[in-house]
Amino acid sequence: MTIELPKEKFPGRIKEVAIGATIEQGGTRGKRLVVGGSNGLPFHKFESDAPNKLAIAMDVVDTIRVIPEQLIQSMGSVVNHPVEWAKACERDWGADACLLRLLSANPEEENRSIEECATLVKDVLKATSLPLIVYGCGFEEKDAKLMEAVSNVSKGERVLLGQAEEKAFKSITAAAMANGHGVVAFSNLDINLAKQMNILLLDFGMKPENIIMDPLLAPLGMGLEYSYSVIERLKLGALMGDPVLQMPIICDCSCAWTVPEAVEDDPRKGRPELRGVSWETITAYSAAVAGADMLIMRQPQSVTNLRAALADLTGRE
Amino acid sequence: MTMPTAMEIYKLLPKKNCGECKFPTCLAFAMQLANLKVALEACPYVSPEAKATLEESGAPPIRLVTIGGGGQSVKLGDETQLFRHDKTFYHPTVLGLVADDSEGLEAMKSRIEKARSLSFERVGQMVRVDAVAIRHSSGSTADFLEAVKIASAAPLAVTLMTEDSELMGKALSLSASCKPLLYRATPGNFDAMVAVAKACGFPLVLGGSASLEELAQLADRAKKAGVVDLVLEPDTSTAREMLENMTYLRRAAVKKKFRPFGYPTVAVLGNSLQDQAKLALGVMKYSSMLLFNDEPVEYLYPLLALRQNIFTDPQVPIQVKPGVYAVGQPTDKSPLLFTTNFSLTYFTVRADIEKSKLPVWLLVVDTDGQSVMTAFAAGKLTPESVAKAIEVEKISEKSTRKEIVIPGQVSRMSGKLGELTGMKVVVGPRESSALPKVLKSMG
Repeated sequence: MTIELPKEKFPGRIKEVAIGATIEQGGTRGKRLVVGGSNGLPFHKFESDAPNKLAIAMDVVDTIRVIPEQLIQSMGSVVNHPVEWAKACERDWGADACLLRLLSANPEEENRSIEECATLVKDVLKATSLPLIVYGCGFEEKDAKLMEAVSNVSKGERVLLGQAEEKAFKSITAAAMANGHGVVAFSNLDINLAKQMNILLLDFGMKPENIIMDPLLAPLGMGLEYSYSVIERLKLGALMGDPVLQMPIICDCSCAWTVPEAVEDDPRKGRPELRGVSWETITAYSAAVAGADMLIMRQPQSVTNLRAALADLTGRE
Repeated sequence: MTMPTAMEIYKLLPKKNCGECKFPTCLAFAMQLANLKVALEACPYVSPEAKATLEESGAPPIRLVTIGGGGQSVKLGDETQLFRHDKTFYHPTVLGLVADDSEGLEAMKSRIEKARSLSFERVGQMVRVDAVAIRHSSGSTADFLEAVKIASAAPLAVTLMTEDSELMGKALSLSASCKPLLYRATPGNFDAMVAVAKACGFPLVLGGSASLEELAQLADRAKKAGVVDLVLEPDTSTAREMLENMTYLRRAAVKKKFRPFGYPTVAVLGNSLQDQAKLALGVMKYSSMLLFNDEPVEYLYPLLALRQNIFTDPQVPIQVKPGVYAVGQPTDKSPLLFTTNFSLTYFTVRADIEKSKLPVWLLVVDTDGQSVMTAFAAGKLTPESVAKAIEVEKISEKSTRKEIVIPGQVSRMSGKLGELTGMKVVVGPRESSALPKVLKSMG
């Protein structure tokens, strides 16, 4: 019996977006990270090519206010020192990039000044050679000025600034454009909103190769299935040839640590510190299988486990 | 599933227009058949060949295979989609632990017991390990058969794992009442194992083939030999091969209606880190059944959550039970909030309340699983329905504040709700992420 195994070829290809600039490229990063670029469904090596590996950025938060107890214990004292934390991401945990969250700029909490935050960005850039992504605190007014300052202190380094949202994208996008940085375009679990967000940025003058989209990853057990299907549909739409959907997708898997049942004490479900790691690993693996081009992760063991899983999925190169 | 059209059916009918089927013409009958309004048996003159052809073309692209009898049965296959968003995935991947006789009888007994005990309530549904597989490898056949006896009495779907057809026959005589799955026929033992399966009528796994072509040949031969309930086991030695083979099988069955691949699938995995990930891969990408040695509960529980997520019907939202929930340890002075019973809304609101570290009563109003805005627009979330929930749940016995915080998006109901309940209505934030701040300011 001869059978024809059904392969699928798509007309579209995901665009490539570069993060980080080396000395030759005008920055000081150790390497330039390129994400996206595939012309098929995720890990479908038998019918498509994917020139760039799925990238993993590890996040660094500048205040432990938002870090769950279990993580503070399992990650050690670095969580108190953002610069040390960033160094550990590079030196010990093998991250492809670092995501710095400037949550302490929050005017209702620490309300750290823009100058202090910008200094932290400079310090992280000096202490590590990883490509850098910087997120603001989520308060539009503060972030507008903050992102302008971040853009200036990281001039030449080709960072990504986040997040541009439908109601707040102009100042952050302008800040990115001023110094040749990229942006992360956020949308709320909806394929049409994701497309709309990209259109807004393109109309504003942003080049497509400067945009990565974040369609919101809901964690395992808290709506993962919605995100899973949104990502699959975005990927299919892009591969079918819609140029406005061909931006790479970034998924923030650190959300797994906000799920109560991932970390609650319940002896029947085993030890919370191990369950939390599984929770983040499975959340990240699902995002990868659905079609993410880049992941944001937090716990080092989750990253190690995910890397092993991805190596098995990518197989012989 | 692609049904034949009325014209395709008509071509196969006797075209006598005898009317004995109660329809005036064969064409009229064909149209009723195409719409599944009548059964083919109503035609006394249809030829056996036409009958076989019609039954074949009307069969689902992937056969439904049942393991077990009575209350313990599990269903495999009958899937029709490549992507869950195109409709839904129907039968959640069956998860089963393997008890191997090389570990000795006591270890096998405790593995069976473990499979039985892995059952949890999650968002109002029971999620559990559904199956156990008893494997003969290097241990004693006496232990194997004893374990088969024990497993067939447990409330689990049972798989018998041996490639020795004689031993399979013995195991079957001890477990026929639980209608087990037989694992497996390979190119090496094909005829003997197929004969065992044919004699008992229980489903049979086909595996050990060197390629998908050979697997298709095995399926074809087994079907011709009269075994109708088959489960396919392609090569899953790496995750990459697993994804490739499972994708080919599902596509060939669903899009090409390639019959030899129109069966559910199984993968048997070990317990390495890679195998853990393959379990998650199998749940997402087309495995009907996964059998594995063992995994820590810290991995199994989130895996069960993943299966529940992936097999949720995208057209029917998961709901939480309406009622009043205590977040933290609220007292009669604690604030009262309400939201809807769409699980995603509930969990988001709950997580945001927990961030405030303040105790709260959270009233979950029944909106048939719709979110706040959708339910409000559809008239399923009204001042009346909220007031009724407040009354039914006897809120006044729990909170004496006479105050309720409502979602900012439905601020328009505040006047009427206050009138109906006599409570002070506080309009909360539009996004629940702002709840910690609002709650802190309420004291």
